[in-house]
Amino acid sequence: MWEQIRSNQIRSAVLVAGMGVLLLFVGYFLGIYFLDSFIGGLIMALIVWAGMSLVAFFQGDNILLALAQARKVSHDDHPRLYNIVEEMKIASGLEKIPDIYIIDDPALNAFATGRNPDRAAVAITSGLLQKLNRDELQGVIGHEIAHVKNRDVLLMAMSSVLLGTTVILAWYATRLMFFGGMVRSRRSSSSSGGAAQLIILAVAIILMILAPIMAQLIYFAISRRREYLADGSSALYTRYPEGLASALEKIAASTSQLKSANQATAPMYIINPFRKEGRPASDLTSTHPPLSERIRILRSMAGASFADYEQVYQQVHRTGRGIIPASAITIGRATSLRPAEVEAAPLEPDKTERVRETSDLMWRLGNYKTIVCDCGTKLRVPPKFKELTVRCPHCGRINPV
Amino acid sequence: MIAVYVIIGIIAVLLILFIATYNSLVRWRNQVKNAWAQIDVQLKRRYDLIPNIIETVKGYMKHERETLEAVTKARNLAQQLASGGVGERGKAEGELSTALGRLLAVVERYPDLKANQNFLALQEELASTENKISFSRQYYNDSALKYNNQIQMFPSNLVAGVTGFKVGEFFEVTVAGEREAPKVSFT
Repeated sequence: MWEQIRSNQIRSAVLVAGMGVLLLFVGYFLGIYFLDSFIGGLIMALIVWAGMSLVAFFQGDNILLALAQARKVSHDDHPRLYNIVEEMKIASGLEKIPDIYIIDDPALNAFATGRNPDRAAVAITSGLLQKLNRDELQGVIGHEIAHVKNRDVLLMAMSSVLLGTTVILAWYATRLMFFGGMVRSRRSSSSSGGAAQLIILAVAIILMILAPIMAQLIYFAISRRREYLADGSSALYTRYPEGLASALEKIAASTSQLKSANQATAPMYIINPFRKEGRPASDLTSTHPPLSERIRILRSMAGASFADYEQVYQQVHRTGRGIIPASAITIGRATSLRPAEVEAAPLEPDKTERVRETSDLMWRLGNYKTIVCDCGTKLRVPPKFKELTVRCPHCGRINPV
Repeated sequence: MIAVYVIIGIIAVLLILFIATYNSLVRWRNQVKNAWAQIDVQLKRRYDLIPNIIETVKGYMKHERETLEAVTKARNLAQQLASGGVGERGKAEGELSTALGRLLAVVERYPDLKANQNFLALQEELASTENKISFSRQYYNDSALKYNNQIQMFPSNLVAGVTGFKVGEFFEVTVAGEREAPKVSFT
């Protein structure tokens, strides 16, 4: 229902178009330089791009989840997580609940994927699942659901394909120029003017080096805007920005890096998986706004609406230019915050309980059988175990498998 | 001749605008209806959960028959009124919430019960259902506000007036406030 989707789409479309132009430039010079016709270069660039886009569109989510080694969970595997996702699905007005995946990794991170709201997935690391209480988890899931609802996921996937294509083409082109190109220029210099050849070579080399960098900067710009918007949406859905703020704080304090992330998938995560501890994220070269700033904005919000988020954002940045389109801000101006859920505290499992719960879940997903011996010891039976009984190593009782 | 074309052109543009506005109004109205249905789904889910909870709790709570009966009664009443008037129903749901709150407050006296895995699972479901009720209400109110604005603001109010979109349909929204379940306290 929230209109920021359309207005942001236009802005993002311009940025994506910019990336497209860069890709075409690379193709153009590639064509002139290697194929003696720019048409050939353009076609080559388009074919590579189209191929990668098709793969990303139809299989991107599966590839991403497979790369992250994520495993799908159902309601019975982790009722609380499933319920929270469903709560956020209702709050955001999504029609279908996204698939839920868990990544077995102590790092604290989460991401959303899927080409449209009907085929979406959210993934969360087991580390994050252990660390966060219910309110914090709600904030994080709200952020991810917002990415799905605002259709950021497809946009990021498509622009990362554009970026990837540009980078790959430019990479090969520069290599070829340096090695193969020398031979070729000597051969052709006899027929055409050497000076013109040299200028084209210089322009091409500069472009090949600059294009990927510029594409990357545009990509980062798209990504950062989306992060702010998702934070604001999460606050709006949960009516409780403190939940996400405190989750981000916990994430900021952790030092472990996600093993299964790579540069291409980085913007999909809730925080940049490659951020280095103690290094403030710089403005232009980061996929995510600095965590401290995101936390500060969330904590300073007077209400839960976009208008409140916008106001604080402008204060923090000392700018009149906002991050959320005006059409969205008019909605729910008087949206008040809800109080902290004090009464939910006793229901909330404590930290050790959450760790136990999550490790149980990971064993179960690995097809291990868990048998609780009468002495209280938990026995994990691997899927290959063939015996009918197992002896408890702690008390010596024989337990049936 | 040119004047005729201009007039035809203006009429065509107005017609297109009219159709577009009408369609967007229909979309908003459907969204509001859909949001309303979501609240219903969650309230029904609560009816379904209560018998299970009572069943689990019964064995432990020998001395709380009145509390349990009050919950069951409130639930049955709310379910009966589910197809009735919004106001009546809101009241019944409110009573059910109060009765549930009382039951879950009593649970504190039974440590055995709080160690029961089955009960803990049901408690999570109930707490989440209460959250879902309030989130679906929240979404409904946001949608309703938006729809309300569309109907009352120029120029879409012209289209709404001609084609009979009624704000009246909406005043149910404020009544719906009564359906809000108070937060269940587990302390």
